[in-house]
Amino acid sequence: MGAAAAGAPVAARYEAVIGIEIHVQLKTASKMFCGCSTDIKDAAPNSRTCPVCLGLPGTLPVINRRAVELVLATGIAIGATTPEFTRWDRKNYFYPDLPKGYQISQYDLPLAANGHLTFDTSDGPVTVGIRRAHLEEDTARLIHATDAAGRRVSLVDFNRSGMPLMEIVTEPDLRTGEQARRYAEELRLLLLAIGASDAAMEEGQMRVEANVSLRPVGTDAFGTRTEVKNMNSFRSVERAIAFEIERQARALGAGEVLVQETRGWDDDRGITYTMRIKEDSDDYRYFPEPDLPPLRADRAWLDAIRAGLPELPAARRARYRDELGLSAYDAAVLVGDPGATAVFEAALAAEPGLAPKAVANWVTGEYLRLAKGAGEGSGAGASGVDGAQLGRLVRLVADGAISGTNAKQVFERHALSGEPVDEIVADLGLAQISDRGALIGIIDEVLAANPGAVADVRAGKGQASGFLVGQVMKATRGQAQASVVQALLRERLGLD
Amino acid sequence: MAGNDLTRLRAHEMAAALRAGDVSARELLEASLARIRATDRPLHAWASLDEDGARDAAKAADRRLAAARGAGQEALAALPGLLGIPVALKDLVVTRGLPSTAGSRILGGFVGPYDAHIAERLAEAGAIVPGKTNMDEFAMGSSTEHSAWGPTSNPWDLTRVPGGSSGGSAAAVASYHVPLGIGTDTGGSIRQPAALCGVVGLKPTYGRVSRYGIIAFASSLDQIGPFGRDTRDAATLLQAIAGRDERDSTSAPIPVPDWSTELAANDDEAAGWLRGARIGLPRQYFVKGMEPGVEARVREAVAALESAGAIIVEVDLPHTDYGLATYYIIAPAEASANLARYDGVRFGYSEHEGDVLGNYLATRGRGFGAEVKRRIMLGTYALSAGYYDAFYLKAQKVRTLIKADFDAAFASVDALVAPTSPTVAFPLGARLDDPVAMYLSDACTLPVNIAGLPGLSVPCGLSDRLPVGLQFIGRAWDEGTLFHLGRAYEAITADAGWRRLDPADLGALEDPATPTPAERMAAHA
Ligand SMILES: [Zn+2]
Repeated sequence: MGAAAAGAPVAARYEAVIGIEIHVQLKTASKMFCGCSTDIKDAAPNSRTCPVCLGLPGTLPVINRRAVELVLATGIAIGATTPEFTRWDRKNYFYPDLPKGYQISQYDLPLAANGHLTFDTSDGPVTVGIRRAHLEEDTARLIHATDAAGRRVSLVDFNRSGMPLMEIVTEPDLRTGEQARRYAEELRLLLLAIGASDAAMEEGQMRVEANVSLRPVGTDAFGTRTEVKNMNSFRSVERAIAFEIERQARALGAGEVLVQETRGWDDDRGITYTMRIKEDSDDYRYFPEPDLPPLRADRAWLDAIRAGLPELPAARRARYRDELGLSAYDAAVLVGDPGATAVFEAALAAEPGLAPKAVANWVTGEYLRLAKGAGEGSGAGASGVDGAQLGRLVRLVADGAISGTNAKQVFERHALSGEPVDEIVADLGLAQISDRGALIGIIDEVLAANPGAVADVRAGKGQASGFLVGQVMKATRGQAQASVVQALLRERLGLD
Repeated sequence: MAGNDLTRLRAHEMAAALRAGDVSARELLEASLARIRATDRPLHAWASLDEDGARDAAKAADRRLAAARGAGQEALAALPGLLGIPVALKDLVVTRGLPSTAGSRILGGFVGPYDAHIAERLAEAGAIVPGKTNMDEFAMGSSTEHSAWGPTSNPWDLTRVPGGSSGGSAAAVASYHVPLGIGTDTGGSIRQPAALCGVVGLKPTYGRVSRYGIIAFASSLDQIGPFGRDTRDAATLLQAIAGRDERDSTSAPIPVPDWSTELAANDDEAAGWLRGARIGLPRQYFVKGMEPGVEARVREAVAALESAGAIIVEVDLPHTDYGLATYYIIAPAEASANLARYDGVRFGYSEHEGDVLGNYLATRGRGFGAEVKRRIMLGTYALSAGYYDAFYLKAQKVRTLIKADFDAAFASVDALVAPTSPTVAFPLGARLDDPVAMYLSDACTLPVNIAGLPGLSVPCGLSDRLPVGLQFIGRAWDEGTLFHLGRAYEAITADAGWRRLDPADLGALEDPATPTPAERMAAHA
């Protein structure tokens, strides 16, 4: 290494090599190999089980066709190849959360291979190769507790056993924590768009693991990698990987030898820690699952899945920019939040004549302010928002039927209660009076009651005109449209 | 009819008597239970009995019979053939609320919470299940000696094995406990005990019968099939359990022919089926170590088929020699995974010693018998990194070659005829210390499992006063041809003297002083 490189900061001498493995729970009605419900969120332990997902003697798996379709749809969406012939394999290992002593998975013939995904970062767009996406079953959940006698016991809840999982593995193409976070965020949007998963990280529906290694800048060989787990938010994905890069760089810079290990992320302390050191590679003794025949995905089935795909996030952003004339920033914000996307689309669908930019401003501004405020425990929330009603509101503002300030008040109430916008406007008496006949009477009364101000206006004093407009607004409780009042005042005073 | 006479009836004779009102299902059951109680101690064919459940089922069957009799001939004719007929289940068929141990200590106390597909089908057909029969642990064995609950004897000679692994069902049918029994066959486990006990046994085409609820040994080889005292009875039982089941993805959506009514009741008509039938005689099935008496009986049977009009053609199945090695890689590999679920966490035998690994070692170390552990280790080894290609993958390739051998043979013949077992029943304990000698018991049967084909064993005489089995092997899904051949062979040998002989030790079974198989083994050792 040259003197200049040796003098550079430690981290700058190395390039990080990052690959991401993501497990997502697929959104199916029943489990992967049995008829049990996947609605396990608030279910009593072991209440969503049957002989099959308990791994009882004599039971056999039956493939969930919908789960296969969701993986194939994901594969098509990431431009992967989806083989016409695939099969299932047994991955053998012992653990109390694995009832059969093997996991039915896919080994050498995954349902999707060689795809890619492009996403934006602060340094511009990045494309990551996706090595494979395959289908497998989830394990049960272990709960460590203390029994009545004070002994430490492990309990097993098999509700999660046999839930359908898709595992998506990238190539080691990523270089920074930010790229890893952005990849995971973009993948989540894609899965939500397809309807493949709800992908809520905090619910364990999307589990991200990162393989991180470093190598001297300009070299090709891979360094010793660590596997980082327990990252329970997108933010922690970025932080954990950044920490791990820094930690490895320091160690290498100090001449230490890294060990291949699994490290956990401690979000509170902001560090990774050793969970398990891999002394040798695991031997899962994969072999083809003899209880399931190979699966043939014929052309017609694949074509039907392809035809059924919705507009994907990247295409949607492009359409918002190119066809609706939105800025790249607005397009990214709208597409980045599935709720915002839905409200935006529904508003435009209800009021096709509206300027997309006006609707986008409402969604990226008021809607997201309320929605995110609720998520952070402050603010009114946006659970009541109906996109079509937002469209109506934007229409009222555009037509001058309601002021922008009052419209925000109306939207906040709608967001909370879901009441129709027109009813709120009527209830609050916020409709603007722009009708000439209705306003002339009020203006004449104001003029008669304020002869001094009238004289001032006639004498060319501008402030007096503002005073008179204010008096009219007061008399109409703000409903008068200010521009109309001004025009009428000048007319009644004979100034035009 | 007297109780003892009732147990002598074949299933189709029972069915006729039930329809005629000569006997009730309850009487048939009580005769069966009485005979089991009186004679099973020295035989040990049964693992558990369900007398109450069986009596309830018999009452229900009698009500169905009475209703049909009241509704006329058509209603009677429409009743299922098994209505009211006792059928033994091998102790690996899971049934709700009853023990299913697969002959293993590790499943001691396991009571299934659901019914196997075939148990449902038998219940729908109105069959009566008196209980479950003894077997080699997890169906791994050819003698029924590897049962955690002690061995079963052969009613032809109580010092000998009944074959296995479905030895309990075979012995129960041979000893007139029941007319029909269910077995499973992974490498010969129906056909070999059928041969050694002198009864009929069929291993159907892989995929013909749903494996849902059958405690698995080797998933790609296991099939469920019938035992009976003649071919027609076996066909009737298969008829009741065959067909596609959505819960077993390997069960085939292939129509099930009406085998039992296709088979002629009349012997001349049945024998006529042989005229012009092309039957292959595989040279490689007359293996080294085959007993001369067995070979003689089989060749006599082949000669009888030929003189009745069959065209016998010698055929080659060149990869037969690799069958044993192939089988003993594939079956243990699948078993090593299938048996991983016995961990003491959710059901069955459970030991607690220290940490998770300690619990596993204690539970599996003491819960499994030696033969099961041997096969788990064989299978684990064959699947291990660095050995997979040389063993498992190679075995799968040889499997394809063995299938191709059969395909080539079936291009010129309708079925094959061969010995079922190279030997007659061997003495209890004789092969326990020599696993390879035990494995050779299945040399003529396991290639059929490897190829997924149907195989039928029918009695063809005695050698050293012990039964010899004749095996017919058919094309996939062509159990029909096998049933016709078996029925025809019964017709042309209907007058043979050996057909009139009872198992030689039947009398000893009724003597309470006769030792149990376990006592006999202990005395021998
Ligand atoms: Zn289930």
